[in-house]
Amino acid sequence: MSDHEYTPKSKVGKWFNDRLPLLTLANHLTDYPTPKNLNYWWTFGGILTFCLITQIITGIVLGMHYVAHADLAFQSVEHIMRDVNYGWLIRYVHANGASMFFLAVYIHIFRSLYYGSYKSPREVIWIIGMLIYFLMMATAFMGYVLPWGQMSFWGATVITNLFSAIPLVGESITNWLWGGYSVDNPTLTRFFSLHYLFPFLILGLVVLHIWALHVPGNNNPIGIDIKKPSKDTVPFHPYIVIKDAFALLIFLLIFAFFVFFSPNILGHADNYIEANPLVTPAHIVPEWYLLPFYAILRSVPDKLLGVIAMFAAIFVLVILPWLDTSKVRSTVFRPIYKQFYWFLVADVLILGYVGAMPAEGLYLLIARVATAYYFAHFLIILPFLGMKEKTTPLPLSITEPILGGSPDMAMAKNNSDFKEKL
Amino acid sequence: MSDSEKKKPNRRDFIVTATTAAGAVGVGAVVWPLVDQMNPDASVKALASTEVDISAVEPGQSITVLWRGKPVFIKRRTKEEIDSARAVDLSELKHPEKDEDRAKNPEWLVMLGVCTHLGCVPLNDKGDYGAWFCPCHGSHYDTSGRIRKGPAPTNMEVPKYEFVNSNTIKIG
Repeated sequence: MSDHEYTPKSKVGKWFNDRLPLLTLANHLTDYPTPKNLNYWWTFGGILTFCLITQIITGIVLGMHYVAHADLAFQSVEHIMRDVNYGWLIRYVHANGASMFFLAVYIHIFRSLYYGSYKSPREVIWIIGMLIYFLMMATAFMGYVLPWGQMSFWGATVITNLFSAIPLVGESITNWLWGGYSVDNPTLTRFFSLHYLFPFLILGLVVLHIWALHVPGNNNPIGIDIKKPSKDTVPFHPYIVIKDAFALLIFLLIFAFFVFFSPNILGHADNYIEANPLVTPAHIVPEWYLLPFYAILRSVPDKLLGVIAMFAAIFVLVILPWLDTSKVRSTVFRPIYKQFYWFLVADVLILGYVGAMPAEGLYLLIARVATAYYFAHFLIILPFLGMKEKTTPLPLSITEPILGGSPDMAMAKNNSDFKEKL
Repeated sequence: MSDSEKKKPNRRDFIVTATTAAGAVGVGAVVWPLVDQMNPDASVKALASTEVDISAVEPGQSITVLWRGKPVFIKRRTKEEIDSARAVDLSELKHPEKDEDRAKNPEWLVMLGVCTHLGCVPLNDKGDYGAWFCPCHGSHYDTSGRIRKGPAPTNMEVPKYEFVNSNTIKIG
């Protein structure tokens, strides 16, 4: 962050900044040179920060009224909904906030996939992002258990049983996770404790994520390296701040629609029945944001291999910067990858759909094909395509195609020197 | 490092190694209680056995009782169900177990009502084998509670139990 020297104007400011350079940090964040062609897909970082803060604030408030005990949890959630002043609002914001958080994170991840934001020199940003995503899933799962409804209980049972697939020590590990021989009160209390902790771990990782981002600076829609600061950049404030704020307002409209007009549409009616260890609901499904992974789990007929496939589906994302061999970042210049990109989007949506359906007949067949394609995309298509694909010429800078008089990227100068630099 | 460059360990190396080793033991001693506190506690372990009155169960009927937080199926099987369970060729089974070994008293089948896939409670009188079917991920069990079709790896577990008298079963 030593990209420029900064001296506060006031004497007090200078005195303080010499002792703790917080004002230098604030100045860095204000002046931070940002590519001027960032589109609205780049506003989700700010939206995600907003989501995290919203979850933390509403969560702390809910924690003041919730009781983490197997006999009392379900009642205490109803107490929040009926008795606590604005309890219904706070809980609906928290519950739908989780879905909004995942909606935004999926857009953010697919933005990176489209514009190659995970590639050198941004691999560490990407890996931290994947850690955040993984912690988000763990946090959301544990949070869903807390109301102690039927879906809470059986979702917890199914997910914790994933660990029983581990050879030899599987049973000891599940008993350790449960604190007993089944999901019960000890499980609930530890989930509450960890559900409270994890968002703060995520917050710490978000700081690292942004720090790592500010080293190379933002990627941009054409994915080329730019000179900073230059004609290609604008200062973060006010240009990006106002754009992020506008996007956040649009996002809040959608958020508010769910909270006020259909607060339960993303949940399951079964979770308004108190947990009963003797009866499994006829059809258990996880929350929508975990469905693609659930489909992968169920598509493999073997228990251990199914669990391995599910975790591998996340792990291939972590090593993605080394699986994609193409040096060109943006899909704009990769005509063949562009098609495979949309195939992947469709594939993940299909996995999500079949994950919500019963695992039988045609659904099972589709889930298997989609699972195979998911892994093929990352393990076969990406490494080979990067070596074979003929990419279209990259412009020298963000302004070049415009100042060159042509709106067509393909008309940009085909500069061999530039290609070598890549 | 070649042999010529290899230094003879001196007193400082010894201190570093000894300190690291003592430190590792210390860290382990502190971490273990923090890990072990999550294991089943004494009050959970104390609920190890339960007695069930089975005098009211008619042939063909099944009751479910809670033991260690898990459902236990106690099924009084009909003649046909016993015969179909015993007629199965062991080579057809994914997890070969004789029905004679699973139900010592052939009329009474006692097992954990927990699907060995991911822990759901299978439904009675359902599925391709007219016995148990797990609605979560589609595992089919036969009249002996053995896995026949679907993702579950093993048969439903038979817990330790005994007949205290002809009307009472003690599980655990």
